[in-house]
Amino acid sequence: MASEPLVSIENLTVQFRTDRGWATATESVSFDIGDGDCLGVVGESGSGKSVTALSILRLHARGTSRFNSGTIRYDGRDLLRASERDMRAIRGRDIAMVFQDPMSSLNPVLTICDQISETLMLHRGLSRIEARKRAIELLDLVRIADAARRVDEYPHRFSGGMRQRVMIAIAIACRPRLLIADEPTTALDVTIQAQILELLRDLRTELNMAVMLISHDLGVIAEFARRVVVMYAGRVVEDAPVDVLFRKAMHPYTEGLMASMPALDGPVRRLYSIPGRIPDINEQVAGCRFSPRCGHAEAVCLTAMPDLVPVSPDHRVRCAPRTRTTGAG
Amino acid sequence: MTDVVIAAPILAPRKRFQLIRRLLAHRSFRIGIVLVTVLAIAAILAPLTGIEPSAMRVRFRFRPPSPEFLMGSDNFGRDILTRVLYGARVSLWIGLVVALLSGIVGAVIGVFAAQFRAFDAPVMRLMDAMMSFPAILLALGITAALGPRMESVIIALSVAYVPAGVRIVRASALVVRELDYVQAARIAGASNARIMFHHILPNSFGPLLVHMTFVFAYSILAEAALSFLGVGVQPPTPSWGNIIAEGRDFATEAWWIMVFPGIGISLAALGLNLLGDGLRDVLDPRLKGA
Repeated sequence: MASEPLVSIENLTVQFRTDRGWATATESVSFDIGDGDCLGVVGESGSGKSVTALSILRLHARGTSRFNSGTIRYDGRDLLRASERDMRAIRGRDIAMVFQDPMSSLNPVLTICDQISETLMLHRGLSRIEARKRAIELLDLVRIADAARRVDEYPHRFSGGMRQRVMIAIAIACRPRLLIADEPTTALDVTIQAQILELLRDLRTELNMAVMLISHDLGVIAEFARRVVVMYAGRVVEDAPVDVLFRKAMHPYTEGLMASMPALDGPVRRLYSIPGRIPDINEQVAGCRFSPRCGHAEAVCLTAMPDLVPVSPDHRVRCAPRTRTTGAG
Repeated sequence: MTDVVIAAPILAPRKRFQLIRRLLAHRSFRIGIVLVTVLAIAAILAPLTGIEPSAMRVRFRFRPPSPEFLMGSDNFGRDILTRVLYGARVSLWIGLVVALLSGIVGAVIGVFAAQFRAFDAPVMRLMDAMMSFPAILLALGITAALGPRMESVIIALSVAYVPAGVRIVRASALVVRELDYVQAARIAGASNARIMFHHILPNSFGPLLVHMTFVFAYSILAEAALSFLGVGVQPPTPSWGNIIAEGRDFATEAWWIMVFPGIGISLAALGLNLLGDGLRDVLDPRLKGA
């Protein structure tokens, strides 16, 4: 935490236009991603994970979304205030992204070669022939067999796992400093999941890039991340190193998530689930957003939104009762 | 990075043969392509009859079809076969150019409308306004304003068929622009122009291609109608439409003047429609397997 972080998100609030006015998707989100770090972002659907990730690349539709406050600092610049031209140069070259569904992330009318070459020709100014050579190396790097032949094929001849490898090859083509992986393994079956995670882990050390892994699968996070940000209803509720989080989670929501994981060694019992559901984006919840579902809610939780309070140098929690009596729980 | 020995050729040929094979396996496409090709070759080879299309030979007026005059001759003794073949050049050319012109303009406007929301509403209302006129009436007005020439026919028909193309491209582009790979291209740092013309357009092109084959057929029919009405291609240049127009005074005595160019129009329209049907079946993503 001492050195300058690679990306620093500060107080980010993103709103979307809906039929009932502006709806707040994320509110005052703050966290850092260190150089070469491996950050996991967890939360259920609609908690603002992807919105935050897309904000880093500033990919929300103009006109129907707005940034109300905050900064996203990258390399001394505020990405929220950078020009569109600057953003285009950053996308793909400095910050790349891999999506959830590899079946729809590749353009069906272009060959794999065309699609990997695109970034290389845009950002590195490579010629077609150089880009093709590099595309074959990249396919090799993401462990696709017979790369020199397969590079000229169209996406429909690739399986889901292989397409995700191709997506990763495209993402790392320009050696980005940050790779955002938005649920990269959710659409894949379990054995392929493990392979893709292993690939990402190897590439991270090999290329020394930071990875921001978005997932709702705590197993994936535990295996992969060094630090974890837990999001709930558009806010960061806990931010801690992975071992700390799994050893002594402090936010009741994080605890609930942990309790929802099946234990392999314990007795087989009915799986715990957090009661209730995440509040609708248009719903106004007074006080702590998790309070309606929280088993430990107190009077203070229903009136005032708690702050994200550091309980140790690298552990922040947003829960009034828990941070008042530090260490309890 | 790892060293890789590249054995394959640097730029391998695109594997488009699969599509062509699937098209040729489609029966109506096969019939259509044969019809259109035969007509096109006949039009190209028109000079082989050895007769000027407008050469008048008064001795041979109103000859019925015979070994000497395969399709007979007209009131000036002109050979109808020759005129139909030269007419095919004009009619098919007009159809082709109109299909391409209205297709290209429609594609560009359609993609712009889908990509830039501010541009969308005004453009689409304008297209709606144009579509509210029957295409033939709109074309009639434009040719009347521009003067009866082949170029005016081409411009008029292109303008008349642009709105349908715009709608088709816009509709499929609106679907394609929301797909992950377009977002992926944006994340890769691609510009708006690149996204529109490299990613969205090629993926919205299938329906337009099918539409263009139909526009080709409609344009041949519309050209015939315009020429018949006297605002199209002007005599003595033969087109299928004006051969029929000139023959209508003698319809009862010399049926062959109108019938043979009529058969040409029918075959061209039939061929292009079958071809379009085949394209639609093969390009429709819902039918795409493997």
